[in-house]
Amino acid sequence: MSEKETDLQEVVNQALAEQKVPHVKLKKIGPNSVDIEKLTKPSKETHQEYWGRGLTLLAIFLIGLLVVSIIGFVGEHGLATFFSDHVNLFSFLFSSDWNPGAGNKHVGAAAMIVTSFAVTLIAALIAAPFAIAVALFMTEYSSAKSANFLQSVTELLVGIPSVVYGFLGLSVVVPAIRMIFGGTGFGILAATLILFVMVLPTITSLTVDAFKAVPDELRKSSAALGATRWQTIYHVVLRAATPRILTAIIFGMARAFGEALAVQMVIGNAVLMPYNLVSPAATLTSQLTSQMGNTVMGTLPNNALWSLALLLLLMSLVFNFLVRLVGKKR
Amino acid sequence: MNAKRNDKVATALIYIFVGIVVLILAGILGDILIAGVPHLSWHFLSSSASSFAAGGGVRDQLFNSLYLLVLTILISLPIALGAAIYLAEYAKDNWLTRLIRTTIEILSSLPSIVVGLFGYLLFVVQFGLGFSIISGALALTFFNLPILTSNIEQAINGVSESQREAGLALGLSNWKTIRGIVLPAALPGILTGIILSAGRVFGEAAALIYTAGQSGSTIDYSNWNIFSPTSFLNVMRPAETLAVHIWKVNTEGIIPDATLVSAATSALLVIVVIIFNFGARTLGNWLYRKLTAAKAK
Repeated sequence: MSEKETDLQEVVNQALAEQKVPHVKLKKIGPNSVDIEKLTKPSKETHQEYWGRGLTLLAIFLIGLLVVSIIGFVGEHGLATFFSDHVNLFSFLFSSDWNPGAGNKHVGAAAMIVTSFAVTLIAALIAAPFAIAVALFMTEYSSAKSANFLQSVTELLVGIPSVVYGFLGLSVVVPAIRMIFGGTGFGILAATLILFVMVLPTITSLTVDAFKAVPDELRKSSAALGATRWQTIYHVVLRAATPRILTAIIFGMARAFGEALAVQMVIGNAVLMPYNLVSPAATLTSQLTSQMGNTVMGTLPNNALWSLALLLLLMSLVFNFLVRLVGKKR
Repeated sequence: MNAKRNDKVATALIYIFVGIVVLILAGILGDILIAGVPHLSWHFLSSSASSFAAGGGVRDQLFNSLYLLVLTILISLPIALGAAIYLAEYAKDNWLTRLIRTTIEILSSLPSIVVGLFGYLLFVVQFGLGFSIISGALALTFFNLPILTSNIEQAINGVSESQREAGLALGLSNWKTIRGIVLPAALPGILTGIILSAGRVFGEAAALIYTAGQSGSTIDYSNWNIFSPTSFLNVMRPAETLAVHIWKVNTEGIIPDATLVSAATSALLVIVVIIFNFGARTLGNWLYRKLTAAKAK
């Protein structure tokens, strides 16, 4: 018997000696037949616990590894433009001369960057008031029934595939713009209108959450002071919900910025600095979608496209960071 | 009196804005369904797509979409389930957990085209899988993981603490409690989460263009040998889905009835998404009633 096991025996003996009410079972088992093996080794439950924790931790690390490798791979290819093809970062960001291939290094992405930001900002700016109005209607004005109905319609619209929106743009929005403004109809305006409809449900449902999070006491106290409903909304509800509304708008912008196919179908895909809202243009995503298949891996035109992808990835990190920044102020 | 007038003006404005939005939404749904449903026929669903003549269907695209969906869920569910259990049950509130949550948020906010290009780089080029269903399914898995994980985590968090305590009081290990008590109780929520994310996967195209490819090979529905290149079950064949089909016939296709085909395909996609949404709600409620004998939420 090892030292540990004798210790255990002593403990059992001591317990037997000190007991006031005789413990029938302990006496019957006796100190010598105690299953020391079972008492000193980890139990079956402990093993289960290790197993479960390990299994779930593995899943987490898989996801982590995935994100790291996405950033790593896209970064490696995106930076090749600057390190192995020696393109000037400054001219990549601020020149609008995009014509890689045929031995020249004309990779200025400014036109696409400007277009991407233009469609995103305009779409979010139009969508925000509509989203706030609908959310106010759902939380402050309507009955629970119609709010529920609007809620399920919004959920449905979030789920409609982006190519369907793109097709709608192609078959309805573009011809309409062509009729009203002339030209081809393709361009920033068409893309903006499509993105407006796409981000509207996203912003709306997050804004509804924002208004629901405002405690009812605030509304009641405002009403008790004699404020009208609009005064309550404007001075109390909107103020209290501002950080969350901003978060909602940033989320919408992130979705608009990363949207590829719907935009690619209606924007016209001409890498030119946009001079008005109805001239064909190209965003980062539309250029990636339409050109990636036409370039050869490892060449400058291909690397330049990966730089656009890297830029997209970095912007999505920026949006993420902004959400955090705004969320912290709450 | 100013305040009262302002209140009335604001109310009127909000109603007008809501009215416009409702009109837009109704217009969108109506336009998709009215333009598309009349062209949805059995012929359309059961004949293969044509590459230049009019009158093609979407049989293969429909099958590919469903097949990709099933594969994606099979791959992503175990990982998402594990990750969600860890986050909901095991994770302590420390820097590591915060880092993990940030990572998942980053993954969910990545544009799907970037995820698709990463899939292209890793699977199609690096691993040499080519444009294939399996590359597509893996890319869709990346796209699906963060949504599914957070849906499942919410469902698990919704299980009341007293159930866990009851399990632990019976001397069960944490893991046994999770598997035997928490997961069954969270099942309705988990199922709803799976179906909702399935709707998104079904309509995704940007992540598939450069992974599953934009063309379909000839496939034979009576060939059950999964290693044969013509088998419908072969995961190494390129596959075009419904959503990619709409994009392709509108941007690169030369078929004369592109508008009709895309209108019908759009309607089909929207109908499937409606079924998914409605089904998720109904099934969730039904399971909840069945398992808990409680009234529907």
